[in-house]
Amino acid sequence: MAQTAQSASTSTELAKGVAFLMDPVGSRPIQTPERFTEEQRLFHKSALDFLRHEVLPRVPEIEAKNTAVLLELFHKAGDLGFFSATIPTEYGGMGLDETTAMLISEAMNIVESWSVTLGAHAGIGTLPIVFFGNEAQCQKWLPKLATGEVISAYALTENNAGSDALSGRTRADLTPDGKHYILNGSKMFITNAGFADLFIVFAKIAGEKFTGFIVERSSEGLTVGPEEHKMGIRGSSTCPLILEDVLVPAENLLGEIGKGHKIAFNILNVGREKLGIGCIGAAKYALELSVKYAKDRKQFGKCLSEFELIQQKFAQMATSIYAAESLGYRTAGLMDARISLIAKGQPDTQSKVVQAIEEFAIEASILKVFGSEMLDDVADHAIQVHGGYGFVEEYQVERIARDSRVNRIFEGTNEINRMLIPGTILKRAMKGELPLLDFSMQIMAELQEPAKLPKLDGPAPLDTARGLVECAKRATVYAIQAAAQTYMQALGEQQEVLARLADMVIACYAMDSAVARAGQADTDDARRATTHREMANLFAHEAYESVLREANWVLESIAEGDALAGMKSLLKTLPERPVLAVVKVHRAIAAACIETNGYPLV
Amino acid sequence: MKILVAVKRVPDTTVKLKLKPDGTGVVTDGVNFEVNPFDVIAVEEALRLKEKAGGGEVIVATIGSKDATQQLRHGLAMGADRGILVVNDDDNAIDADVVARTLKAVVAKEQPTLVLVGKQSPDGESNQVPQMLAEHLGWPQATFASKVVVAADKASAEVTREADGGLETLSVRLPAVISADLRLNEPRYASLPGIMKAKAKKIDEFTFESLGVAKAPKVTAVGFFAPPERKAGAVVASVEELVNKLKNEAKVLG
Repeated sequence: MAQTAQSASTSTELAKGVAFLMDPVGSRPIQTPERFTEEQRLFHKSALDFLRHEVLPRVPEIEAKNTAVLLELFHKAGDLGFFSATIPTEYGGMGLDETTAMLISEAMNIVESWSVTLGAHAGIGTLPIVFFGNEAQCQKWLPKLATGEVISAYALTENNAGSDALSGRTRADLTPDGKHYILNGSKMFITNAGFADLFIVFAKIAGEKFTGFIVERSSEGLTVGPEEHKMGIRGSSTCPLILEDVLVPAENLLGEIGKGHKIAFNILNVGREKLGIGCIGAAKYALELSVKYAKDRKQFGKCLSEFELIQQKFAQMATSIYAAESLGYRTAGLMDARISLIAKGQPDTQSKVVQAIEEFAIEASILKVFGSEMLDDVADHAIQVHGGYGFVEEYQVERIARDSRVNRIFEGTNEINRMLIPGTILKRAMKGELPLLDFSMQIMAELQEPAKLPKLDGPAPLDTARGLVECAKRATVYAIQAAAQTYMQALGEQQEVLARLADMVIACYAMDSAVARAGQADTDDARRATTHREMANLFAHEAYESVLREANWVLESIAEGDALAGMKSLLKTLPERPVLAVVKVHRAIAAACIETNGYPLV
Repeated sequence: MKILVAVKRVPDTTVKLKLKPDGTGVVTDGVNFEVNPFDVIAVEEALRLKEKAGGGEVIVATIGSKDATQQLRHGLAMGADRGILVVNDDDNAIDADVVARTLKAVVAKEQPTLVLVGKQSPDGESNQVPQMLAEHLGWPQATFASKVVVAADKASAEVTREADGGLETLSVRLPAVISADLRLNEPRYASLPGIMKAKAKKIDEFTFESLGVAKAPKVTAVGFFAPPERKAGAVVASVEELVNKLKNEAKVLG
């Protein structure tokens, strides 16, 4: 395809956050499951074996809130080292990469009650100390958190402070002797609260300075309230936490006074990444259950898997998993590429790790939104394939669908994340960190002289898909620019426009990642390269349509009359989606699912 | 106590294999491989015997392509101490006898007190290597083990084996060859530290030549074909019709 000169950075320098929006698709290699190392595969297999042989058989007990069973499995997982992946080696951890931590999350999330228990401990319950703890705090807590001897929980949300997390009322006051803080307030929806030994609690010093604290369960005045009765993840413990004159030693203050938001937001970046990846694990399992069920179940004298409308679901499930997997492990790889260059064991090591992860905060938000919505769709298809049986508790897909729902709520609602995506992009562009304006001017020139636009045809099998990705980016950046020019500083208030822009950016990252991966599969996974291509191509076609639709809605929301007509006619310069024999493509992808009993690229 | 465990790289047992169009074997390209599940049980038993003995060494050995290193690493990640790879690029060019003679050469080098192997592999399903190896070594053998107890003096082992219709308990002199059955134990998972440590463990490579083994199979694979698909059945209206068909069409009744 004819590649226009974009503001592509060279592949030798480190990729920056959101570079995907401006760089041509495939301009630098991305991490994909095909490129995992032998160790990464072994770590994943070990977690998957544990999940399938130890956890899955005990799902009925876990879901019935049998805490003894949950804790028995928890400690077994601790003995195998599953909590220690990203804890530095000097504190009893394994010091492994983000990708490995993500692979463990993917495997564990087949049972979400189980994975949130692990995640609340090893993720949001441990990482605040890893990232922001001082030497004494790391020495004291991390070795015990690594083994699971001490179980941790994260207490940020309050009854009146959910999405608006920093508005919490819990306060901390220094005692006159300066040795303790007295904490007062209450926290809501605290995962693991029923049995955690340690809580990372956020409170405002003197009612003003938002700060993190490490609070032990045994502290006098700390009470754990009753378990919530939830729609899903019923096996996990979720309780409120009441703090009444709780004395916390001053040395348990985490990070800096008044910088609690830094802890909270950076932990969310990792949490969102893990959540998104976890959804992939649950989705693959739902697809596997659906394919196996459909091959077994007969109606009208045929297996369900022989019917076109069942096959269509398999194709859609597999394709959306493919896109999520491609963007998810690409993101982990981007973080790892930066983290791997940081000298270990230095005083500033962890703050540099935090920065490296923050660089990809937008990608983490995308992964969270795309992953959680992908799983909702996949789980819903899985129920439909199972028919009436999918609606009864005896079948796992019923649980997966209920468990899936919370993913759109916690770790920042999808709405909050949608606001963050274009908001952060524009903030970075204003600061000159992103060459968005250059690219936007290039796009204006291209739209006025359509011969310069990327082409949708070419000799190579992925040329059309590549062209679609490039055109989708142009529509997206054009819409962002138009919205920014229209509203200027007030764009932050235009939630619906922002959400549509977010959807376009999300589609771009997913398309770009899927198509780049399929391109690499020619050499990385030659035997299944056709399946890669079919899924990437199908996804690119569908995403392109949705990007154009959203772009039109954005324009129609921000302008009217001649101005609108002018904008729309410019947008129309972008080529129409070319023909795709979608039924045939669905058949082919479904055949690959049926042959492999699930997601075709395991 | 020094224990040698022979492991085999086999295609993922949950995936349906495809035959090459020319019938010379199964398609292995793009297939996921794992350690023969029976061999994993053998590794686990070796680790437990070593732990019980309070010391010793567990060596995992395999015959296969360089890719089989992955399967050795799995054993090392479980806790085995080192690995041995005898490089062989064509599984169809060797038979159980070549495997048994190769393992005999490895045994001669290592002098273990015990050889543990899975009772059979899910790809070839021949169930011959343990028995042949014992014969070539002139050692006692106890196959299909569901329980292994090594005597305190390490001179013998009591092995419960799963025979047709019941359990049989044998006492074998050591050194011996024992093959593991499904119910011998529940294998451990490779722990994360185990996987990390496995990276640093040594794997020695050999060739058939360097071991002095003639790669001369007695059995050669002539061709591979899938079992014929089951033909559609027919519904009969009455017992008389059924008997009639069995007599005259199927000719299975006289």
